[in-house]
Amino acid sequence: MQVESGDNMALIQKDILGLRSLTQEEIWEILDTAELMKYILKQNNKRTPHLQGKSIVNLFYENSTRTRLSFELASKYMSASTANISSSSSSVAKGESLSDTCKTIEKMGADVIVIRHPMAGAAHMAAKYVKASIINAGDGMNEHPTQGLLDMYTIREYKTDFRGLKVAIIGDILHSRVARSNIWGLSKMGAEVAVSGPNTLLPPELERTGVKVHHRVEEAIKGADVVIVLRLQKERQQSGLLPSLREYSQIYGVNKERLKLAKKDALLMHPGPINRGIEIASDVADGIHSSIQEQVTNGVAIRMAILYLITRRRGEQGDVMHS
Amino acid sequence: MLCIHNGNIINGKGEIFHRQDLLIQDNKIIGIGNDLMNKAHEIIDASNLWVLPGLIDAHCHLREPGFEYKEDIVSGTQSAAAGGFTSIACMPNTLPAIDSAAMVEYIKLKAASEGLVRVYPIGAITKQREGKVMVEMGEMKRAGVVALSDDGDPVSNSNTMRLALEYAKQFDLLIISHCEDKDLGADGVMNEGYMSTILGLKGITPAAEEVMVARDVILSEVTKTPIHIAHVSTKRSVEIIRQAKLRGVPVTCETAPHYFAATDEWVEGYDTSTKVNPPLRTQQDVEAIKEGLKDGTIDIIATDHAPHHEDEKNVEYNLAANGISGFETAFSLSYTHLVDTGVLSLDELVEKLSTKPAKILNIRGGTLEKGKPADITIVDISKEYQVDREKFFSKGKNTPFHGKKLKGEIIYTIVDGKVVYERDVVR
Repeated sequence: MQVESGDNMALIQKDILGLRSLTQEEIWEILDTAELMKYILKQNNKRTPHLQGKSIVNLFYENSTRTRLSFELASKYMSASTANISSSSSSVAKGESLSDTCKTIEKMGADVIVIRHPMAGAAHMAAKYVKASIINAGDGMNEHPTQGLLDMYTIREYKTDFRGLKVAIIGDILHSRVARSNIWGLSKMGAEVAVSGPNTLLPPELERTGVKVHHRVEEAIKGADVVIVLRLQKERQQSGLLPSLREYSQIYGVNKERLKLAKKDALLMHPGPINRGIEIASDVADGIHSSIQEQVTNGVAIRMAILYLITRRRGEQGDVMHS
Repeated sequence: MLCIHNGNIINGKGEIFHRQDLLIQDNKIIGIGNDLMNKAHEIIDASNLWVLPGLIDAHCHLREPGFEYKEDIVSGTQSAAAGGFTSIACMPNTLPAIDSAAMVEYIKLKAASEGLVRVYPIGAITKQREGKVMVEMGEMKRAGVVALSDDGDPVSNSNTMRLALEYAKQFDLLIISHCEDKDLGADGVMNEGYMSTILGLKGITPAAEEVMVARDVILSEVTKTPIHIAHVSTKRSVEIIRQAKLRGVPVTCETAPHYFAATDEWVEGYDTSTKVNPPLRTQQDVEAIKEGLKDGTIDIIATDHAPHHEDEKNVEYNLAANGISGFETAFSLSYTHLVDTGVLSLDELVEKLSTKPAKILNIRGGTLEKGKPADITIVDISKEYQVDREKFFSKGKNTPFHGKKLKGEIIYTIVDGKVVYERDVVR
């Protein structure tokens, strides 16, 4: 009989719902495992048997290219059976409740359900209804934990230590699940997080999470080791939160001059897809500080690591029950 | 004759009689005093219990007609009886809405034949509750409405509200206002603040309530017409009303138990039973609500009983229906959070839950006196119990208080001299 504590398992939760609910140890475990996965990704033969016999379903209620593809490839590289369900409409508009959909998928044998949903808490709700592991691939404005983890993994590749690291997050913090996951994850690892964006795109009482809020973007970037630029959704202007994209770009856009305020070896990141010339200037997006392309590769490694760890945990539980 | 024997009687007129008897003949109270027992055929032993004027709820949703799968007059009045309420005023957001004399008569007839407690319909302010055209107030008053409200939605147009107040005044009809600026509150699902920030849910700024409270106070002041503000939930709303009362504005208001017994921290975990409109606020607001109850700024406690089907709550937080099933926890939440903590005395609580609601709605009840109808609630204030939503008589099991330990249990509810509820059983 195997006991979980006997083999260094840090990942003990059934689900990955957010970085707010992960411990520092669990985050280290995922980042360390991703290192092995990235090594595998670089081989000619990328096929490994880690997830053989496992079933992974990607349930996407929102459009996504990179996150969905990255989960799908991660599952396939590790020999899992995988299927995708896409629906741009909500579960209700489709006529079936989220809980019914998840139960149906589970009954078809899914071990893991990866869920993206336009509403905060959808993954948490799904996790209550099924025994399958739920991985949150983005829930409304709440969290996008695998993005947060791949950002942290990318930072670790370039920087030696999270402790004392100065990270600036720039843009639409209010609507950003990426910002929230990064704030929780990076703060937990000891980084100092500063944010900046227009007042209309900052959530209330953000300081209570421990981050520093700057009204001038230059102040947030000054001396930063890492600058994370967030995507500005064009509908924010339509809903009256901004007068124009032009003014946003002038005041908050990350360009060469502003990036010069950061440390010489600063890392520039963006979760993608980027709006060139709006939140980020093309020359810096493609410049020497940018790790935007590397983030994409690391996204696959992180998702391989999470799928591996979460199914391994489940397999062991099964073994215990049969012995 | 029925004798309630050896109870501690609060008469709702500032007097308390310890260990005395209350005698009922037919549907009336015929005496309060010592040793009235020997005349009675039936005796309720109220030793160590408190005998109160029947509780009166100025704000509830019975859902009939139109939403009988959530609640109907039978289940709703059973639930009210189990919560110690002998009279309830039901809001008009039914389908169709209670916006005509015919609808008022329908509710009254239905309630008279099926209801376990007294039901007083509240009519809509505007036709179909659309905030546009006034209802026929004169005719509805004759049909028996006790007040008017578009509750569930505000009357957004300030001129419509002003005209409604002026028109209602000639019939002595009270306007109850649901204060919410729909633009400020735009698609929010919880209180805006730290909790909405960390949960990633769209917030509703407290200002969405407060600017409308301020508007309505001003309209009441300039039209010199009474207005009653429904479900006050924020610190600043309390302050606005406090100042208005000091100036002599004829404004009254209510809060609901969840605004002093729960906060937005309860939304953690995305539990949809915490979703309600106005939303649960912060601890600071809770303290201000208690202060407002204590100094009289907040006149009454109403349940805003809002039952829903479980399918309407077992969905994403954004999609879940607003509302808490409130009848069956109202007294014990009030007792536990207000009396047991020293904010109010028990007789002050009786004023908030019975005497004052009767005055505001101008209906009978609220006192225990010789010659008055025997609407009586008997409670055990020392009894602690755990809330079990599965035991609710209401069809709506939607409560964030499930599993909580509360003090103060309803033992008997008596309407018109007849016991309608006795220790977990409705009659």
